[in-house]
Amino acid sequence: MSDDELIWRIAGGSGDGIDSTSQNFAKALMRSGLNVFTHRHYPSRIRGGHTYVEIRAAEQKVQSRGDGYNFLLALGDSFARNPQEEAYYGNEEIKPLSENLDELREGGVIIYDEGLISEEDVEELDLEERAEENDWHVFPLDLRGLAKDHGREVMRNTAGVGATAALLDMELEHIEDLMSDAMGGDILEANLDILHEAYETVNDEYDFEHDLRAPTGEHDAEQALLSGSNAIAYGAIDAGCRFIAGYPMTPWTDVFTILSQNFPDMGGVSEQVEDEIAAAALAVGASHAGVKAMSGSSGGGFALMSEPLGLAEMTETPVVLVESMRAGPSTGMPTKPEQADLEHVLYTSQGDSQRVVFAPGNIEEAYEQTRLAFDIAWDYQIPAIVIYDQKLSGENQNVDVDFFDREPSPDLGSTLTEDELKEAAHDASGKFKRFNYEDAEDGVAPRSIPGQKGGRYLATGNEHSPVGHIEEDPDNRVFQMERRLEKLEKIREELDEERDSTQTYFGPDEADYGIITWGSSQGAVAEAVDRLNEQGHSVKAISVSDMMPFAETEVTEFLESVDEAMVVEMNATAQFRGLIQKELGRFGDKMTSLLKFNGNPFEPAEIVEGYEVNLADEDRQPDAQVRIEPAAGD
Amino acid sequence: MSAFNAIGEEREIDRDEFTPGVEPQPTWCPGCGDFGVLKSLKQALPELGKNPEEVLTVTGIGCSGKLNSYLDTYGFHTIHGRSLPVARAAKLANPELEVIAAGGDGDGYGIGGNHWIHSARENHDITYIVFNNEIFGLTKGQTSPTSPKGHKSKTQPSGSAKTPLRPLSTSLNAGASYIARTAAVNPNQAKEIIKEAIEHDGFAHVDFLTQCPTWNKDARQYVPYIDIQESDDYEHDVNDRAEAAEIMRETEDVLNEGTVLTGRYYVDDERPSYSQEKHAVGEMPDQPLAERYFDDDAEWERSYDLLERHK
Ligand SMILES: Cc1ncc(C[n+]2csc(CCOP(=O)(O)OP(=O)(O)O)c2C)c(N)n1
Ligand code: SF4
Ligand SMILES: [Mg+2]
Repeated sequence: MSDDELIWRIAGGSGDGIDSTSQNFAKALMRSGLNVFTHRHYPSRIRGGHTYVEIRAAEQKVQSRGDGYNFLLALGDSFARNPQEEAYYGNEEIKPLSENLDELREGGVIIYDEGLISEEDVEELDLEERAEENDWHVFPLDLRGLAKDHGREVMRNTAGVGATAALLDMELEHIEDLMSDAMGGDILEANLDILHEAYETVNDEYDFEHDLRAPTGEHDAEQALLSGSNAIAYGAIDAGCRFIAGYPMTPWTDVFTILSQNFPDMGGVSEQVEDEIAAAALAVGASHAGVKAMSGSSGGGFALMSEPLGLAEMTETPVVLVESMRAGPSTGMPTKPEQADLEHVLYTSQGDSQRVVFAPGNIEEAYEQTRLAFDIAWDYQIPAIVIYDQKLSGENQNVDVDFFDREPSPDLGSTLTEDELKEAAHDASGKFKRFNYEDAEDGVAPRSIPGQKGGRYLATGNEHSPVGHIEEDPDNRVFQMERRLEKLEKIREELDEERDSTQTYFGPDEADYGIITWGSSQGAVAEAVDRLNEQGHSVKAISVSDMMPFAETEVTEFLESVDEAMVVEMNATAQFRGLIQKELGRFGDKMTSLLKFNGNPFEPAEIVEGYEVNLADEDRQPDAQVRIEPAAGD
Repeated sequence: MSAFNAIGEEREIDRDEFTPGVEPQPTWCPGCGDFGVLKSLKQALPELGKNPEEVLTVTGIGCSGKLNSYLDTYGFHTIHGRSLPVARAAKLANPELEVIAAGGDGDGYGIGGNHWIHSARENHDITYIVFNNEIFGLTKGQTSPTSPKGHKSKTQPSGSAKTPLRPLSTSLNAGASYIARTAAVNPNQAKEIIKEAIEHDGFAHVDFLTQCPTWNKDARQYVPYIDIQESDDYEHDVNDRAEAAEIMRETEDVLNEGTVLTGRYYVDDERPSYSQEKHAVGEMPDQPLAERYFDDDAEWERSYDLLERHK
């Protein structure tokens, strides 16, 4: 836990505009030279419900939530308007204050809107007593009234930001700039008035006794604040993808939306279609006709894509699908993260799987691996899947702008031109031998595109001959199957040798204890490893992205280099540990699991705790599982 | 310069070009109506000046799905019920391709029904041929969505309790802009209707009655048939939606009583195709998207230029 960090939590009703307020405040912190990371908590109820966004800001890189937080801005829940429903839901207005107290750190600061949250309610909370115990510094402010006096009531978020800035001793410059970018005219004037008024009121009326101040920092390069969904969408754009088909489903909708909004200006095509079977089939159809295409969904929608995915495997149609996990089974918990679709994505669809699966663990990896998925899909004519989750999808982090300064790669990979087709093998009737196993290199038989002269062939989900005719001859079957599977071996070799490693390591090179994780749990693991090493433990970690073909060499080397290892993942049945054992066929006695599946992502402290519990348990069985339930804090 | 020089190529088309020079020979049963569809396409395409490599035939799964094994064009034999979404996307990717989708009544009206409704609604510029044999042929004779009420099969041993689906009326309501029914036993009409359907700019749905002598022995072989355009007993304006609806209903009602009505039912030449609509709202590129990938001078936008909003 770092003393010089700010973790600011803005809590309110889910319609209170806390998203845009927090986005701007995070940008202001970023512009001031800090590194930022945002976490969005989703309400579990559909109508209204209180929610919050947390911004963690520090001089050093931040890539995860912290443990708890140190500054609360409780706006009061404007959605709590139906008095008759009080019987069911209790008093909603107080919840942004009352429900967030447990995780507030000692010495923390609280601002609450006394214009919305009533005095009697606050008394019931024993806030004074608790504040004394925990050294909290409480600032009741009439944010609503202040906003009303200078503009409109809805602008109370701005008042809250002004008060926050005053208490943190922050300059208003960046906040003002961001407001000016986003609005104009009277609205801007009113907001600026409110911002200053709140800032000055707090400075004039209070003596500060709290120690918390905004940290300071400096960036070497210009920064951009973006989410995992942005990164995936931008990776697709830079890979030359210009066709997307989809059907909305949380949390995948973000990627679909970003691309649908950008494609029209880029000559691309986006299609919202009748269901996910159609969505995946459209991506296959567009790719077949010569376009770099993608689709995606979350668990349930991805289940519907199962058969078109198999069709892409059998017809060797390149396509990229993204799968944004949320807690399952079935509709599960739509807005909660989980990493329980790994097996689903690896194996769904009939027959032996012939696909590539990457699981990026942070925002940069999300961009890189989406591009890589396109490159490999088109080079090897194979479906490639990027699996991520609700957490990576929605969290924002700052990235060097220069990171994105690179050339696009719209190349269609192993696709022939008409000139090249003239040299290619054809049957006696002039049909192109598109699935020719005789001259295939690395298992890849180059393809033609409909409309090209000299390229006609049949693509079919049935087993087929070199020109694509349905063919059940046993020799042909074995040749074709082996050729398709050979591609996976070549991809494994290429990932091992030529591409920069898609695995990420944390901690010292040599350590006694290893932590293995995948996907969005990476950030919390990275921070836990730092803390454990600071405390004198010898721990290192690997975050694995190559799920299929599996990162065999790197995970083997990692496991061989440690005495024991703990696999950290957000699911209940240790799917990733199971995959490691299946792929490597050993190390079962070295690995234990740390699992969490209550709908909230890991906090670094929980991983530290999991490590301690695992080590302390002298009689533990090799396949022991520690479950974090309920999570510390939430 | 185009990367797809088969498209629009000016040359003499030999009628035999659409017959695969090497195997396979059709495996359909003798007397199967599916031969009629194949034949009408083999005649219609060269008469329209189309060559095999500017046509993409997308099929589903069923006896009918084998169509593109025996019709020598670019082909995509997909999965059961999914020919339409694949075909639609190919057309959006390269609007200059001639895209024909085809499949059975089970494939199109049953498992793929959702796609059919939405493809018609959106008016994609493709031709959709449904081999309607009122039965599941490939899986050996189970009841299909168009099987008559009371039809007995191994899976409905006491006779189907379900009223058959109305293919023409449903297509009209969904939004198809060309709707016709023809029959394998009427090759001349079939060829003409297929030609019109291909020429039509929009979703052209042909319900093609294809007898299945193997599994649907009770069913009539769709003879005698009546062409509603030729017969004096029927008269309707194919551009009039209400009149079309009325005669479609009658056609569907009388089929299972032994009267086989065929012909053009509805033609709407005014309705813009989906690509035109999409282009009009600014979401469809001017040039075929597929061409861009072969154009070495094409400029590709970068995410780097989108970052302003994130700073
Ligand atoms: C998802 C799926 N379900 C079931 C099948 C099995 N199946 C293949 S063809 C078919 C029905 C064929 O009937 P129809 O579509 O009318 O085509 P026909 O053979 O009559 O031309 C079925 C059920 C399949 N291939 N895929
Ligand atoms: S089973 Fe019926 S539909 Fe299939 S090929 Fe034989 S006759 Fe034709
Ligand atoms: Mg049928």
